[in-house]
Amino acid sequence: MVDPKNKIPENKVTPASRQYPDSAAQLRQDPPTTGHSWDGIEEYDNPMPRWWVWIFILTVIWALGYWVAYPAWPGIQSSTAGMLGYSSRANVATEISEFEARNEQFFVQLVDTDLDAIRDNDELHRFAVNAGASVFRAQCSQCHGTGGAGVQASGFPNLLDDDWLWGGTMDDIVTTVTWGIRNEDFPDARYSAMPAFGQDGLLDSEEIDQVVNFVLSLSGADHDSALAADGAELFDINCASCHGVGGEGDYFIGAPALNNQIWLYGGTPEAIRHSVYYSRFGVMPGFENRLREAEIRAVAAYVHQLGGGQ
Amino acid sequence: MWDYIKLAVLGVVVVVAAIAASMARDLPYLIHMLVIMLASAVTLIWLIRRVGEPVPAVNPNEYMDGPIRYGVIATALWGVVGFLVGVVIAFQLAWPQLNFEWAQGYLNFGRLRPLHTSAVIFAFGGNALIASAFYVVQRTSAARLWGGGLAWFVFWGYQLFIVMAATGYVLGSTQGNEYAEPEWLTDLWLTIVWVAFLLVFMGTIIKRREPHIYVANWFYMAFIVTVAMLHLINNLAIPVSVLGSKSVPVWSGVQSAMIQWWYGHNAVGFFLTAGFLGMMYYFIPKQAERPVYSYKLSIMHFWALIFLYIWAGPHHLHYTALPDWAQTLGMTFSIMLWMPSWGGMINGLMTLSGAWDKLRTDPIIRMMVVAVGFYGMATFEGPMMSIKAVNSLSHYTDWTIGHVHSGALGWNGMITFGMLYYLVPKLWQRQGLYSLRLVSWHFWLATIGIVLYAASMWVTGIMEGLMWREVDAQGFLVNSFADTVAAKFPMYVVRGLGGTLFLLGAIIMCYNLWKTVTSTAERSPARAGSAVPAE
Repeated sequence: MVDPKNKIPENKVTPASRQYPDSAAQLRQDPPTTGHSWDGIEEYDNPMPRWWVWIFILTVIWALGYWVAYPAWPGIQSSTAGMLGYSSRANVATEISEFEARNEQFFVQLVDTDLDAIRDNDELHRFAVNAGASVFRAQCSQCHGTGGAGVQASGFPNLLDDDWLWGGTMDDIVTTVTWGIRNEDFPDARYSAMPAFGQDGLLDSEEIDQVVNFVLSLSGADHDSALAADGAELFDINCASCHGVGGEGDYFIGAPALNNQIWLYGGTPEAIRHSVYYSRFGVMPGFENRLREAEIRAVAAYVHQLGGGQ
Repeated sequence: MWDYIKLAVLGVVVVVAAIAASMARDLPYLIHMLVIMLASAVTLIWLIRRVGEPVPAVNPNEYMDGPIRYGVIATALWGVVGFLVGVVIAFQLAWPQLNFEWAQGYLNFGRLRPLHTSAVIFAFGGNALIASAFYVVQRTSAARLWGGGLAWFVFWGYQLFIVMAATGYVLGSTQGNEYAEPEWLTDLWLTIVWVAFLLVFMGTIIKRREPHIYVANWFYMAFIVTVAMLHLINNLAIPVSVLGSKSVPVWSGVQSAMIQWWYGHNAVGFFLTAGFLGMMYYFIPKQAERPVYSYKLSIMHFWALIFLYIWAGPHHLHYTALPDWAQTLGMTFSIMLWMPSWGGMINGLMTLSGAWDKLRTDPIIRMMVVAVGFYGMATFEGPMMSIKAVNSLSHYTDWTIGHVHSGALGWNGMITFGMLYYLVPKLWQRQGLYSLRLVSWHFWLATIGIVLYAASMWVTGIMEGLMWREVDAQGFLVNSFADTVAAKFPMYVVRGLGGTLFLLGAIIMCYNLWKTVTSTAERSPARAGSAVPAE
C-alpha cells in the first residue's frame, strides 16, 4: 500500500522516461554503460543533469551580456568600452572628488585660520580632530600606536601626556610633523645629538654610574645616594647645559626632562646607563611632501587634544 | 654502453658542480651546487657498484610499482612536513614572538610561508599526483610504464627539485612570485624532470592495450601539459650570472602581474583541480565499486573546464592597474567555470548512487566523498569571490586564505588521504589496512580541523574587509591597519588549532600506513601486479 503522501497524483501525466519504476526489480536495474571497461571501471551512459546544462547555459548568456555592458574585449590600441561606460578609475576619482568637494570649505578654513584659533571654532575643530584622527591612523599609528600611547620604553613617544620633547603647542606640533626629527630629507628637520659619553670616552665607567644615580635622584627614583652625590658635579658640567640644572629639559633642542617618571627609553638604571653610554638618536620622517598643509594642521589638532596640548 | 654514458655524464656533473660551488657568488647557489654534487655523487657510486652485475630481467607484462611505492612514502612524509610548517606559521601570525630572534633570516614567517605553500602544493600534492598518475595510467592502459628507468628519474629528480626549492626559501633565494618562488637553476631542473614525466606518461598512453583512453588520463594529461606551459612562461628570466642564484624576470609591470596570476590561478586549475580530478575519476569508482555516473558529463565538463579555466586568472587582480577589460574577462570566465567545475563533483557523488550505504561502513569512501563535497564548495566560493562587488570586500583579506584552504585541505588533502589508504595495501600486497578505526579518527580530526580553519578565516576575513573599508560620513578612515590585526587575534588562534588537528590526523595516517606495511597479513600473490587488459 502506497503512503498517500508519496503517491503521484493520477491526473498528472508523466512521460514514460520519467515515470517511477513500478517494481523493485526495475528499481535495481542499472542504466546502460558505454561498453568500455578500464581496470574494472565502467561508465554509465547517463545524460547530463538538466539543471547542470541549463545553469551552464545561463552563465554563458550572462557573460555575453556582461561583455556588451562592460569593457571586455581588447583591440590593438584600446578595448570595447561597453554600453554602460564603466571605468573603475573614473569611479574612484568621482568618489574621491565627492568627498573632497564636501570637505573643501573646511580644508580652506583650516589653512586660513590661525593655529591657536582652530579650537575656538567648534565646528572647524570637530572636523580637524576627525580628519586628523584618520591621518594619524594611516601615517602615525605605526610608531605612536593606534591610540597615541607610543610604545613603552622603546623610543616611540607617548602623545597622551604633557611631557613633550620638542614642545606641545599647536605651532610646535605642526613644525615637528612637517619636517620631522633627525632625518636627512629636510634641512629644517628638528635636530640635536647627545654625546655618547661612554663610547667616546668622555666619562669613565665609574663616572657614568655616578651620573646615572644622580639622574635617578632627580625624579625621586631609587638610587645610591653616595654615588648620586658624586654625580651632581659631573651632571652640572656635562648634562645641565641641555637638560637643565634640575633636569627640567629643553624643548628648543629636544632635550627630554629628567625630573619626572616618564622615560622614552625606560627608567631602569640599565636603560639610563645605556642612554648615557651610547646616547640615543630617535628619528621621525617629515610629512611636508606626503600630507597637505590642511592635513598636517588637522593631525596637529588631533594630537593636541589627546591630553597634553599646551 | 648506455651505463658508461650515464657514468660519464654523472662524473662530469659532480666535477662541474664542485667547481661552480667553489666559485659561487652567493650562499643559496653554493648550497644548491653542493646538493647537486652530492646527489650526483651518490648516484654515481650506486651505479658503479652495479656495473657488471647481471641486470634483473624485466617482465613487460608486470606493472612497474617501485617508483609508485616511493612516491606514496614521499607523499605522506612531505605532507606531514608541509602541514607542520603550516601550523608553525599559523601560530607565528597569532603570536609574532614565535619569529625568534635567533632564527631571523631563516625561520621567520617570510621564509617559512613559501616553504609551507610549496611543501604542501608541490611536495605533498606533486608527489601524490606523480605517484597516482603512474599507478592509474598503468592500470587503465593495461601497460607497463614506458621508458624503462625513466620513472625512477622522475621520482628522484622531483625530490631533488623539492630539496633545492626548500633550501632556497630558507636561505632567501626567491623570485618573489607566489607559488613560483624558486630561482632559475631550480626552475631549469624542474623543466627537465617535468618533460621526463610527460614522456613516461604519454609513452604509456601510446602503448596502451585498451582501445580507449580513460577519463582520468585526460585530466592527468591536461595537468602535465598545462603545468609545463605555465612553468616555462611565468619563469622566463635571465640569470645575472651563471654562478649566482639571482635572475631578472623578462616580464615587468602589470604584464608581469598578469602572467604571474595567469600562472598562479592555473596552478590551482590544472595542478590542484585537473590533476586531482584524474585521481578522483579512478579511486572513487574503484573504492565504491560502482561505474562512473555519466560519460557524457565527463566529456563535457572536461573540455569546458580546460577551456574556461585558462582565462580566469585576472580575477586575482581586480581593482588594480590591470585594465578593466581584462578584469571583466577574468570575472566572466570564472562565473562560466562554475558548472564545468561542478561536473566533476556530480560525477564523483553520483557514482556513489546505489552504494551510499558504504558511507556508514567504509571511512575511506567517506573521506573521498567529503573531498568531493569540499571541492564543490570551493568551486562555488571561487566564482562567487571573483565577482567584482564581492571581491572588493574579500580581496587581500583572510577570506581568500580560508577559501584556498577549504579547497586544499578539504579537496586535495582528503582525496589524497583516500588514495593513500587505497594504494598502500595494494602496493605492498596486504590484505587490508592495519586499522579502519584509525582511518575514522583521521577522518574526524581532519574534517573538524578544516571546519575550524575555514570558519575562522571566513569570520576574520569578512571582519577585516569591513574594517578596512569603513569610512565616516566625511570620508575619513575609521580603523587603522593595526586595529584590524589586533581584532583578528582570536580567529588566528582558532585557525592554528584547526591546522593542528589536521596535522594530528596526518600523523595518525602515517602510523596506520606504516603498520599496514609492517604488520598485516600478506595477500595471496596470485594476480597481483600483472598487466591484463580488462576487456
